[in-house]
Amino acid sequence: MDDTRPLIGIIDTVGGAVDRLAYESHGGYEAVRKALGMEPDDIIDLVTEANLRGRGGAGFGTGMKWGFTRGPARTPGGKYLVCNADEMEPGTFKDRYLLEYNPHLLVEGMIVAAHAIHAETAYVFLRGEYHEPFRELQKAIDDAYAQGYLGRGIFGTDINLELRIHRSAGRYICGEETALLNALEGKRAQPRQKPPFPPASGAWGRPTIVNNVETLCNVPGIIRNGTDWYHALGRGDDAGTKIYGVSGRVNKPGLWELPIGTTIREIIEEHGGGMREGYKLRGLLPGGASTDFLVEEHLDLAMDYGTIQKAGSRMGTGTMILMDDSICPVDMCRNLEHFFAQESCGFCTPCREGLPWVEELLIEIEEGRGKEGDLELLDRNAMFIGGVTNTFCLHAPGAIEPLASALRYFRDDFEEHIRQGKCPYR
Amino acid sequence: MSEPALIQILSDDEIREIEDEVAHLPDRKSAAIDAMMIVQRYRGWVSDESLGAIARLLGMSVESLDSIATFYNLIYRRPVGRHVVMVCDSVSCYVMGADGLRKAVEEHLGIGLGETTEDDRFTLLPIVCLGACDRAPTMMIDEELIGDVTPESLDEIFARFA
Ligand SMILES: Cc1cc2nc3c(=O)[nH]c(=O)nc-3n(C[C@H](O)[C@H](O)[C@H](O)COP(=O)(O)O)c2cc1C
Ligand code: SF4
Ligand code: FES
Repeated sequence: MDDTRPLIGIIDTVGGAVDRLAYESHGGYEAVRKALGMEPDDIIDLVTEANLRGRGGAGFGTGMKWGFTRGPARTPGGKYLVCNADEMEPGTFKDRYLLEYNPHLLVEGMIVAAHAIHAETAYVFLRGEYHEPFRELQKAIDDAYAQGYLGRGIFGTDINLELRIHRSAGRYICGEETALLNALEGKRAQPRQKPPFPPASGAWGRPTIVNNVETLCNVPGIIRNGTDWYHALGRGDDAGTKIYGVSGRVNKPGLWELPIGTTIREIIEEHGGGMREGYKLRGLLPGGASTDFLVEEHLDLAMDYGTIQKAGSRMGTGTMILMDDSICPVDMCRNLEHFFAQESCGFCTPCREGLPWVEELLIEIEEGRGKEGDLELLDRNAMFIGGVTNTFCLHAPGAIEPLASALRYFRDDFEEHIRQGKCPYR
Repeated sequence: MSEPALIQILSDDEIREIEDEVAHLPDRKSAAIDAMMIVQRYRGWVSDESLGAIARLLGMSVESLDSIATFYNLIYRRPVGRHVVMVCDSVSCYVMGADGLRKAVEEHLGIGLGETTEDDRFTLLPIVCLGACDRAPTMMIDEELIGDVTPESLDEIFARFA
């Protein structure tokens, strides 16, 4: 195992997709053997102490989340572990890489997590378009069953674990963890009322832990190398590594596993190779489509949860989307709001009616039919739709983040459209 | 049609695969999405007839099964061509020229989004981020992801799908 890049370093070492033999020859499945000899509560304590935070976007403490399932060891019907591998946040392509190239790491992380929360059934909720990741992950799961790492009496203990893949049938909202549970149950993916939260009542009404792919992939390293090692991997307040990605007009778009807290500038310039000749960076969405824009003045900020939040955005998925100077901010917002309007589940009025309305107004402005007062109208609606208590889930607030921030940072562009009666970029 | 006959609209292989899902779930209805996806893998889409048979097999009403089917964009309730072409229209691909690519694909195939070519070879659909944004713009044909697509490469790409 590459001790500075525990998630994907091995992929480079092996030179491609990591099969079981390659995984095991680099220390794979050692952590789970150790973990199965530990008390589940001690694993939860260790993960809490490691300060592993959810890599699905919200950054919730993983150990704390697992801890909500403590109590009687086996409630009737058991508990469930669900891996969120829906990855549909535009601009995000990190979980695909883990699933396709290092699937045994996820399987190992899931066995440890299931043991920690006393789950005997686990699911990977995989987005339907992920065909290559499906084939690789299914191969890894079959292999793990054949070795006795999954099934009844795993690794020669009296612990059981069934692990299955649920292939999704589409829709972004399935990534929201309670909508995901409805989809897993074969229903329409409508988000559920919270509370109760999934650790209290989740899949089929049973305590359920939902974790992102990258989160679960962090677990084996923590078990094997301990919390001091894990803390030392990160820079600043957060611990561990993070898979960061860059898409847009850089010389080398891609993803890299780096210390969490690496600066935005380092990620874009050193790893992404800087902007392509003839293009200038104007703004970026730091962690997927539902995060607020950041601009030039933010480039030296550390990409960690606290720092990016203080700057008015969110680290989200850590895969950033760059807006260069050839892109019209109004039109980019139109593209983003088209996505969010289309993907609304339709339950709440501000989201179902508001987002298409916002998209429509952006089209009007982009096509030169914007009027005096339109921007104030957008401001007001952004505030209304974005209010976290106005809707049933965080889809609508997330949808508004890029627009609300664009109205701040690129207001001149919006105003020019209205003043000139056309898009200055066309 | 009697109930057993309705269920027999599905092939033995389809029923076996669906029952395998059911066996791993707390109740039959929970297999609704899996069952439709299984049937679609065999037949390309989910017809009214297939939908009715699946509903009977899982012990649920046709209406409730259809309300699930229509929620999900990867369940096709209308026939599609032999190959489904999906062009990503999300933000990273947008930045890298997805609009131009979509127009080039439309022109190449002579159809718009949601349409099927007359020879039934291709159906064209929009799709959200395919999770390969570092290779934008992207598209997917059947189960194959294709990145860094240029309008010039379309001839060669489509030629591979008879
Ligand atoms: C609209 C919406 C979409 C989401 N999509 C995903 C997703 O595709 N993958 C993911 O891991 N989390 C997604 N989330 C976050 C999940 O609800 C949940 O917080 C996460 O899976 C928890 O895992 P973590 O604690 O390991 O990060 C989404 C949330 C919202 C509101
Ligand atoms: S905010 Fe949007 S996606 Fe979330 S429950 Fe309401 S309508 Fe559905
Ligand atoms: S935006 Fe097109 S693949 Fe991600």
